[in-house]
Amino acid sequence: MSILKHHAKFETNVLLLMVGILVTVVIGGLVEIVPLFTISNTIEKVGGIRPYSPLEQMGRDIYVREGCYLCHSQMIRPFRDEVERYGHYSLAAESMYDHPFQWGSKRTGPDLARVGGKYTNDWHVRHLTNPRDVVPESIMPTYAFLHRPLDYHDIVARMKTLRVVGVPYTDEDIATAKADLEAQASADANTDALLKRYPKASVGKKDRTSDKITEMDALVAYLQVLGTMVDFTTMKPDAIR
Amino acid sequence: MATNIEKDTVSGQYTTGHEWDGIKELNTPLPKWWVWVFLASILWAMVYWVLYPSWPTASGYWAGTLGWHSRTQVVHDIEQANAAKAVYLAKIRDASLDDIVKDKDLLNFALAGGRSVFNENCAACHGVGGVGGYGFPALAVGQWLWGGTLDDIKTTITYGIRNANPNSRQSEMPAYGGGDVLNDSQLNDLAEYVLSLSKSSKDPAAAARGKEIFSNNGCTGCHGENGEGSQAVGAPALASGVWLYKARTPGGQKAEIISQVKKPKGGVMPSWADRGLNEATIKELTVYVHSLGGGK
Repeated sequence: MSILKHHAKFETNVLLLMVGILVTVVIGGLVEIVPLFTISNTIEKVGGIRPYSPLEQMGRDIYVREGCYLCHSQMIRPFRDEVERYGHYSLAAESMYDHPFQWGSKRTGPDLARVGGKYTNDWHVRHLTNPRDVVPESIMPTYAFLHRPLDYHDIVARMKTLRVVGVPYTDEDIATAKADLEAQASADANTDALLKRYPKASVGKKDRTSDKITEMDALVAYLQVLGTMVDFTTMKPDAIR
Repeated sequence: MATNIEKDTVSGQYTTGHEWDGIKELNTPLPKWWVWVFLASILWAMVYWVLYPSWPTASGYWAGTLGWHSRTQVVHDIEQANAAKAVYLAKIRDASLDDIVKDKDLLNFALAGGRSVFNENCAACHGVGGVGGYGFPALAVGQWLWGGTLDDIKTTITYGIRNANPNSRQSEMPAYGGGDVLNDSQLNDLAEYVLSLSKSSKDPAAAARGKEIFSNNGCTGCHGENGEGSQAVGAPALASGVWLYKARTPGGQKAEIISQVKKPKGGVMPSWADRGLNEATIKELTVYVHSLGGGK
């Protein structure tokens, strides 16, 4: 076959082979790199997405630290079975302030992209303390140690770092970070300013086993906001096509 | 290395022209069918590029001549599935619960639908199969707080318990603790009496004293003269031996009872109509919960 004979030229000429490899890699590279420059077209223009509140961000960091993403995805794919079980498929906009995103690739447990508001705070605390208490057949590990106090002395540094990579925290957000965090995790604080900065944040004490702000408070606050920011009832379908 | 391509007399193929210690290597070409499939795949990829979303462009991406998009596809899939289910769901919506249970076809459809809705929405608290858990009522044992008929179950699912919906089932047990109403020894006697109702008290004298406390403090108003409970106000039947707050350690039930009398906990269940389940789905769920083993 004549075409195979031509191929022999690549195989026997080092220079030609190198040029061939270069052309192939350049095409592959362009296909992967060019979309990064047009990413503004990829992120849907939907309302409601905001950076995480300080407490939610601390909870998110615990989520990452404990490796929750190894068993739980945060990516509802646009398939009927997933949409019927978990809710509206995930939008790119919903993880635009996630650094790093928690899409995951493995579902030993269920997807958590829209777990916010699905269960009560008490349920989450009991479930994390001992998953078997509420889901007898669960194989999730126990996270009872999250009842320990939350160390949030570096919350300002964390938010400043996120701002460097593109999360639009304002100077005011950062100045009030500590107060916001404490307000969101206490039972009776004034949360008007907090909710103005971070609408739909889940406020109030979650972990009743301790008077201090615990890691449990942070993680549950994060879980309760997942997937709740976009109001799909008022969103125009064209915005996500 | 010397190259001396020659024709092999046995196979009729040419050699690579290399020789190692007298061993020569055939240069057998790939089978023709394989090469053609390979070339056809490349050609198909090019057709695919044209038809479907493929290459990035300077301002976005090539969307394909077919206009296919995963997001329009899923909307279409859901519409199709809903259309396929619509006939049955309309029947379920319009039929009474009793009629659904009597109609074998409708019942099968409702049980299958109800099961998947239950596992996704209810099993987190009530357990798979309605086995229940600490503070979460078991649905499969025939002991009901708010009633176990089809209509009772449907009302509970639709409006929920102790939530913000004005139609939700409401009741609150008064607190008897803190020394204002009952002191510790009275609480102990009362708990012994409650245990004796299900024949699990080991202290008949205390239980006898407790019986008086039970009648004198208005417990009978909701829980009944003999602890039979009242489904009108969600008061548990104390004589049933089924505990909502079941002790996790043997012999710990008395402490659970005392804790509940001192500072009662009241479970909250959401209104599933408010949470977006439609009439047909709630009916499917009702029939499923009723079928779990406890339905009246």
